Amino acid sequence: MRRCLVAVLLVLLAGCGAPGEDAPEAERGDAAGKVDVAAAGDVTLTVWDQEVRGGQRRQIQRLNEQFQARYPNVTIDRVAKSFTDLNTTLKLAVSGDEAPDVVQANQGRQVMGTLVKGGLLRPVDEYAEAYGWADRYSPVLLDLNRFSSDGATFGDGELYGLSQMGEIVGLFYNRDKVPQPPATFAELEQQLAAAKEEGDVPISFGNLDKWPGIHEFQAVQNAFTPADQVRGFVFGREGASFATPENEQAAAKLQEWAEAGYFTEDFNGVGYDPAYQQFADGAGPYLIAGTWLLRDLTDAMGDTLGFMLVPGQEEGQPQALGGESLPFAITAKSENPDIAAAYIDFITNADAAGVLADTGNLPAMNAPAQLSGAAGEDVYEAWRTLTEADGLVPYLDYATPTFYDTITSEVQQLLAGRRTTDEFTQALQGDFETFSG
Amino acid sequence: MSGPPGEPRRVAYLYLLPGLVLFAAFVLAPLARAGWISLFEWDGVTTGTWVGLDNYEAVASEADLRRAFWHSAVLIVFYALLPVAIGLLLAGAASRTRVHGLAALRTIIFLPQVIALVVVAVTWRLIYQPTGWLGDFDLALPAVGLIGTWVAYGLCFVLFMAGVQKIPRSLYDAARVDGAGPLREFFAVTLPALRGEIAVALTLTTIAALRNFDVVYLTTSGGPGDATTVPALEVYERAFRTGEVGGAAAVGVCLAAVIFALSLAINQLADRAART
Repeated sequence: MRRCLVAVLLVLLAGCGAPGEDAPEAERGDAAGKVDVAAAGDVTLTVWDQEVRGGQRRQIQRLNEQFQARYPNVTIDRVAKSFTDLNTTLKLAVSGDEAPDVVQANQGRQVMGTLVKGGLLRPVDEYAEAYGWADRYSPVLLDLNRFSSDGATFGDGELYGLSQMGEIVGLFYNRDKVPQPPATFAELEQQLAAAKEEGDVPISFGNLDKWPGIHEFQAVQNAFTPADQVRGFVFGREGASFATPENEQAAAKLQEWAEAGYFTEDFNGVGYDPAYQQFADGAGPYLIAGTWLLRDLTDAMGDTLGFMLVPGQEEGQPQALGGESLPFAITAKSENPDIAAAYIDFITNADAAGVLADTGNLPAMNAPAQLSGAAGEDVYEAWRTLTEADGLVPYLDYATPTFYDTITSEVQQLLAGRRTTDEFTQALQGDFETFSG
Repeated sequence: MSGPPGEPRRVAYLYLLPGLVLFAAFVLAPLARAGWISLFEWDGVTTGTWVGLDNYEAVASEADLRRAFWHSAVLIVFYALLPVAIGLLLAGAASRTRVHGLAALRTIIFLPQVIALVVVAVTWRLIYQPTGWLGDFDLALPAVGLIGTWVAYGLCFVLFMAGVQKIPRSLYDAARVDGAGPLREFFAVTLPALRGEIAVALTLTTIAALRNFDVVYLTTSGGPGDATTVPALEVYERAFRTGEVGGAAAVGVCLAAVIFALSLAINQLADRAART
């Protein structure tokens, strides 16, 4: 019997090459640039997206309908998945024989970087030129979707996709409690101290889910560390380091806030949702969060809700953590790359920006749009200011594949006083060095 | 074909074949494949690089992983030892007295076993919310462990009750005639008779403790810091988040080996105790 088992195991192992070896080399069809879609004959475009929630779903449905109405010869076969499902199944899908034409490939090294390295995505630079995409976005928003063709360099090289929506992590505030929004970081701190005096929760914060800590840290970091330094680090540019005096000051400030009790009590044990609901119920003046909460918070608070960027040390230094939604990319195996490019162009043009704003989303493109509600206007204004001043700073966890785990864990420990600021910056720098070798 | 009936015959292997084929296709093959992948550095897309046993060396040497396995050891106390102790206590008490509505009681105590662990985790997260324990570096692991205790003790109790009911009353009567008190009675009659059930309960709950993923993932995601990381969580993070599929497979194989060794040990102990 034992011999039998061994034999079975041997049979199973024989014929196993190195994993991933048998993935067939993708053959790229020729790109013709900008084509007349209507004259392309009957085409089915398979699109995998994760625009499944509320306004996101409405915008993509509307745009897909409009595209098919304009080009009746094109059928869009939409496969909608949740963010997590998409990220975990995408690698297999695009390397299979029946690869979709257009996919949303998450920014950063884990998803887009790996796919580029495997030669599974098609660079879209020719299309960018043909359609004039460079004029459509602020430079950093395109950089976030760039990789060198070997997947080694992030933020530079070939363009692999376009995003529809922008997002900013900033300060939501309660107008009843903040009559005069602070113009500088020092003014903000005075208001936090005053709110604490009055028994309010100065900043509603729940960090049980671990990732909100990244937003808290970067909100403060932007008041100390220049945008170029953070970008250089995230994109792993020459000479980049996390162990800088500026980052240490930022860490010290955040720790000081935690010690002063500026955050929700026991924040490491409070979930993200209860924390923002607490803010919506009037627990205190501020909430550090992303514009993805705009709709929910507006529903709860109406026009008492306001939004602003975390102010810099001096007035008029717009710099904030932010980014864009998952980019739509063309797979290397797509047989209709030209139609796919036309589709991506269609869902990111000026008309699309209007649809996005209509459905309550913040368009990432440089196009005039109107978001409803008082806070909606604030958000749109903040986005315009940021992109004009080129002040958008990307998420730190893009830096290395393991950075998300490291930074979320380290921020929790920093805030609990179990890390000195020096240990904190060294730990993050250590992760970076392990990755860059 | 000759020989006395009941003698092993080659044809018996034929009867085993259908089962073996299924077992090989769905258990052995994936296991072998995981073992094979664990010898590579692989991101899940591009061709992997052969690294031999490097991934296993990392399992042994990386502080993060050692901590995760240590947390599992702590969780065994909460997921296995504590529920078995509570189950024994309850069963011991119930064996001495006639409990009215035993069936209803059993159902209620067994209920946590029936609920999907995802629901259990989300609910307990809400229950713990006001206490802040899940965000406390020292209390988070015990807090996660207590969820496991709550889930598992019902299973132990029901198993032990079934065992107690098959103990002949005459043994208890004899013990009482010999003047045994409740404690003595428990150790001399109930406990030895439940040996088999205890082994089953320990095996099931220990496995549940070691492969724990959903409860940790949904309550703390391994936090605060890495106070509640467990091996299965590391497997998930490596395979799906950081693109270290080879490393994830190595952790998985080690975890499977530990589970196998522990259940073997538990059953060997129970067998040996039965023979003495």
